Amino acid sequence: MINFLRNVGSNFIDQIWRLGAGGRLFGLMLISSGESFRRFRLVVREVYFTGVNSLVIISVSAFFVGMVLALQGYHTLQKYGSSEAIGVLVALALVRELGPVVTALLFAGRAGTAITAEIGLMKATEQLSAMEMMAVSPIARVIAPKFWAGVISLPILAALFSMIGILGGYLVAVPLIGVDAGAFWSQMQANVDWQFDILNGVIKSVVFGVACTMIALFEGYDAPPTAEGVSRATTRTVVTSSLAVLALDFALTSFMII
Amino acid sequence: MERTTIDLWVGIFVALGVAALLGLAMKVGNLTTSNIGDTYTVNAAFENIGGLKPRAPVKSAGVVVGRVGDIRFDGATFEAIVSLKIDKDYKFPADTFANIYTAGLLGEQYIGLEAGGGEVSLAEGDKIIQTQDAVVLEKMISQFLYNKAVEPVAAATAPAESTKTDDDALTDSPLDDLLN
Repeated sequence: MINFLRNVGSNFIDQIWRLGAGGRLFGLMLISSGESFRRFRLVVREVYFTGVNSLVIISVSAFFVGMVLALQGYHTLQKYGSSEAIGVLVALALVRELGPVVTALLFAGRAGTAITAEIGLMKATEQLSAMEMMAVSPIARVIAPKFWAGVISLPILAALFSMIGILGGYLVAVPLIGVDAGAFWSQMQANVDWQFDILNGVIKSVVFGVACTMIALFEGYDAPPTAEGVSRATTRTVVTSSLAVLALDFALTSFMII
Repeated sequence: MERTTIDLWVGIFVALGVAALLGLAMKVGNLTTSNIGDTYTVNAAFENIGGLKPRAPVKSAGVVVGRVGDIRFDGATFEAIVSLKIDKDYKFPADTFANIYTAGLLGEQYIGLEAGGGEVSLAEGDKIIQTQDAVVLEKMISQFLYNKAVEPVAAATAPAESTKTDDDALTDSPLDDLLN
């Protein structure tokens, strides 16, 4: 019993310590961001690895999410004789919630793990220390470009996700089920607001981008320099990012909905 | 600065993102008018269009024959002028009736055309004279309630002079129940 309490306490203190270290890394990273913006090529390279390489998984899942939304939505809406509202349902669900959230979850799994593993391995093979020896700040050279690449990529991916999802929903609703195409689009256009729905979705995806990338970077930077340490850090990246995204989503939505 | 394929891909990626955002901003707009071929436009004036929106379907006998173009307010007659873009393949008589209907109980509103019997067809720019407004639910309910409120007074004064039959009692009682 005492041991159990001791474990809980030490875990709690450990988490607080990690939170502080993460905050410190975030601050250091922001300070040295100027340097990585001057060498923007580094950021572009990272956008390629985190953003462009995630395109396939994002598009395919967006397509299926949109199609399934239309199918499920139609099934319920036609009970109330308002199957024309399917366009609004698909668009609002994607733009407000599913676009940013599912993109962030996929991003954490696809790009976040890669970032953690790469940095963890760089640390384990002492590449980061080697950089410091050569008076190259690893935070400016490795961490900051990856961070900004994530923050740039995620909103773009989320916008693509919403767009492709809506197209998928359209394909199911209009040619397959036979909802009127004009009603599908006109109801959507009448009910989706540029600022309230789309802009808030973009804001969400930016916040998720910061959270996901920062968690992945910190887990990699903080990983014990062993094979097991890196593997655990990778797992933690996915778990922490997913929880952070879902919790942040609730918090942001409760602000935005008012 | 040399160019690499990575730059190209990142460029494409960013361009795709901007395009997706623009598409969302336009709310995937104006793609639909293309599925109707050539159209001619006729106008119809309504006193109340309810929730009718531009690009809502125009149906005749339940089949989509056109789309609502734009909706304006006429300051002189205080009516809504709705322009209907109708497929060139379909000719309607000049005395066609235009109604605003609702698809289902909560569905969107559309315009239903009921063909008349005239010889002359509607042409570009013509005006449909016979129209019926959208049904406003609140109006209907208040009218119903008003009618019900008047009836019991008549029913209360009536029995004094007329002998009540069983039929009267049957027809009266459900209305009283509604009110109380």
